[in-house]
Amino acid sequence: MSIFILCIPLFMFLLLGLTGMKMSHRLAGILGCCGMGVTLVLAYSVAFNYFFSGDPLFINAAGERLQHLLWNETWLQFTDKLEIKLGFLLDPISAMMLVVITTISFMVHLYSMGYMRDHHGVFEHGFQRFYAFLSLFSFSMLGLVVATNIFQMYIFWELVGASSYLLIGFYYTKPSAVSASKKAFIVTRFADLGFLIGILILSFYTGTFNFTELTSVPVEGLKDVFQVSSLTAEGVKNVFATSAAPMFMGASVMTWALVLIFMGGMGKSAMLPLHIWLPDAMEGPTPVSALIHAATMVVAGVYLVARLFPLYLMEITSLEIITVVGALTALYAAMVACTQIDIKRVLAFSTISQIAFMMVSLGVARPEFHHGIGYMAGMFHLFTHAMFKALLFLCAGALIHAIGSNDYTAMHGLRKYMPITHISFLIGCLAIAGIIPFAGFFSKDEILTACFGNSMLWYVWMSAVAGLTAFYMFRLYYLIFWWKEHKIPEGHHAPHDQAWTMTLPLVILSVISCVAGFVPFGNLVTWNGHPMFDHVSFFTNLEHLNWSVAAVSLAVAIIAIAIATVMYRKENPLPAKFKNAMPALWNWCFHRFYWDELYMFITHKIIFNGICKPIAWFDRHIIDGTMDMFATVTQKTSSAIKGLQSGNVQMYVWLYLVGALVMASIVWLCLL
Amino acid sequence: MDKLSMMLYLIPALIMFCCGVYGFITRKNMIAMLISLELMLNAVDINFVVFNRFLYPGQLEGMMFTLFAIAIAAAETALAIAIIVNIFRVARNIDVRDLIKMKF
Amino acid sequence: MESVGSIVMYGIIAAAIVIFSILTVTTRRILRAATYLLFVLFATAGLYFKLDYEFLGAVQIAVYAGGIVVLFVFSILLTSKPGDNSASLTSKKKLIGFAASILSLVVAGYALLSRPEFWSAVTKPFELDMTMHRLGEILLGTEKYQYLLPFEAVSVLLLACIIGGVVVARKR
Repeated sequence: MSIFILCIPLFMFLLLGLTGMKMSHRLAGILGCCGMGVTLVLAYSVAFNYFFSGDPLFINAAGERLQHLLWNETWLQFTDKLEIKLGFLLDPISAMMLVVITTISFMVHLYSMGYMRDHHGVFEHGFQRFYAFLSLFSFSMLGLVVATNIFQMYIFWELVGASSYLLIGFYYTKPSAVSASKKAFIVTRFADLGFLIGILILSFYTGTFNFTELTSVPVEGLKDVFQVSSLTAEGVKNVFATSAAPMFMGASVMTWALVLIFMGGMGKSAMLPLHIWLPDAMEGPTPVSALIHAATMVVAGVYLVARLFPLYLMEITSLEIITVVGALTALYAAMVACTQIDIKRVLAFSTISQIAFMMVSLGVARPEFHHGIGYMAGMFHLFTHAMFKALLFLCAGALIHAIGSNDYTAMHGLRKYMPITHISFLIGCLAIAGIIPFAGFFSKDEILTACFGNSMLWYVWMSAVAGLTAFYMFRLYYLIFWWKEHKIPEGHHAPHDQAWTMTLPLVILSVISCVAGFVPFGNLVTWNGHPMFDHVSFFTNLEHLNWSVAAVSLAVAIIAIAIATVMYRKENPLPAKFKNAMPALWNWCFHRFYWDELYMFITHKIIFNGICKPIAWFDRHIIDGTMDMFATVTQKTSSAIKGLQSGNVQMYVWLYLVGALVMASIVWLCLL
Repeated sequence: MDKLSMMLYLIPALIMFCCGVYGFITRKNMIAMLISLELMLNAVDINFVVFNRFLYPGQLEGMMFTLFAIAIAAAETALAIAIIVNIFRVARNIDVRDLIKMKF
Repeated sequence: MESVGSIVMYGIIAAAIVIFSILTVTTRRILRAATYLLFVLFATAGLYFKLDYEFLGAVQIAVYAGGIVVLFVFSILLTSKPGDNSASLTSKKKLIGFAASILSLVVAGYALLSRPEFWSAVTKPFELDMTMHRLGEILLGTEKYQYLLPFEAVSVLLLACIIGGVVVARKR
């Protein structure tokens, strides 16, 4: 049954992609939705079965959740040892991701039925293509999360990159969309280069691609940190235990491998400094942003680190690198988000910041503290964030669809006109700001607890970022829905809530955002499958809160919201004053700390001028020149001696005869 | 020495061959060139026969070779004359020096 | 012991070959050149007879004298008017031709004369019967020293040549 989870989206992609132009727009959309709906049901049943059936395949007597291969077929057999398999791995995080992906994907499929048409209800050009690409993306993403080995993951990793490219560039007549899609593809490809090298190093030393062998979960006991299978342990021993362990530039090869793999995750998850593609990716249709660039694909990096977490745990250095990168990214993105005008860009930077939260959470996770709470918190935040960020993006889509512009300057005061969108957006904001009892509160609180357990620095830092998060989200909220009365342009209708296909997903996701925080994640997803709580009820998460941390984060969030309320609820000169008080900071934030300009400078000025041009010159003049020289010499020689070809047969005969006689004489004289 | 030696047969053939060379190079009428060619071919035929007769009286290879050479010469001549007639039809002339249009 | 008649016969043949060869390439009338060629070919046939290759001599007369020379004559009549003299040769042209022929004469003649054993080689009686019956077997046999395959190849060549001649010379 599980194979259909992959097959249905793939089939829908082929069906819609190949025959889409022959069917009506509506039929294509309905087919896409139905396909995704069936996948949703299947994925839910598989996940439910995994978590709650109590099957000894999935959970052992001690209540520890096991990794289980539903199927694992050899795909490419190169040698006895080197073989690449395709399979379906079921463990806590993949089951959780199945739920997340199919939920969001189904919502987006439904939502796009309303979004991808104009105000008169006419479907957009390329509607079938859009659904085909959505199906392709769903297939790739599902394949990625259920990958049984790192190579399968890499294959699907590239597939999601490709479908992301296709969807960002969906409006391929817009130059900005085309360049954004290219940028996304190139940046993530560049990161994937590191990923591939990391895979090769890792599998070279451990001798396996398979996740089950790389990271066996659950483990005997928490004390033994090196919880890898005997096979890997041997490989790892080869690398570390001997004094001849290969070192490279001051770090062990394993650290390098893990950091390189993390580099792939940095690209996909838009970590500093490879984040530049994500804000531009907002050129794609908004449902795509919600699905790919908020909820699923961009968390692939987090998922990757979580997947290999036991390996990362062996190399604390790599975890520290992850923490630092994540923390810097979180702060950076939050600061930038405070100044952006385009609401989708605010959400994009917010996404970067929140993913960085997850990264930090994984980075600070240690088995010694609260059974590795950071891992659980990161996954929990991934889950809740997917829900409320998708909600926010879909709300933004509804707003953009109603207003026809991405900028909040064209919105203002929309609360009366679009009440459902307003409430949904508010719920999303409350969730991301971390207000009890919305989803974000619980997951963020767990993350801060994990940081607290690791070091005070990260705790304070991340708390501050959480405050910034609350601030910029409410800034956005107020600027869209309050600030001043909405001015309806001449000859336009008043903006209004959109069709039910667009509103229904908002409502569903709002409800999920309200209650998702109560999911007892500690018993479902932990780094070693060991449940955190002895017994579970609806209020488990509340009971196990670290109230001191929770109180601080709540206070920070409320203060930040209060500041935002003061500054942005009603039109007033305060924001302008702030801007004028710190022009440098504001400018840097507004221009995203000039990262794009830096990249432009490096690529155009340094790489193009310094490297590419000399190479091009070398190619053109030395390599081509050599070949041209051969050609020229041949040509010159030919035209110089072509006069010998007089066309006079008798002269030919004469020359031939004399030549033959001379040669005969020479041979003869030499022989005798 | 009463018996005629082999050399006496080879020398006229050599002279015949040299005459063929001279004719082929100097004559410009293509038929005349072809005639010179026949002379050369004939000289070579004589050589085959003579060597066969004098050195290998137990075999017939030289003679057979000559036999086939004669047949091939006939074929070659027929074809060459067909070409020459065709050229004459086009150019109204069979002077070999006028046929240099395809030189390069 | 060679008879005197044989030596006289040889002298006539050799002289005919040399003289008519030279005349063939020096005469300015193309029809005469063809005629001289005919004489050379007859002389060659005589040579073959003298060496006891009666069949070969007959073929020489039939194919060369009877076939090729007639072909030459017809083509000469087709491509030139009677009484047409070819232009007299330039001295440079002559010189080049002369040089080539003398050169080949010297090289080949030296090669020939440097083998004194050739002088001492004389005709021996045949070691096999040269009846027509035997020749026919040799021509159409498939064993060693038998020539069915070249025979067939030549027949195919002749066929191709007939077709080629028709195609090339055909009026378009």
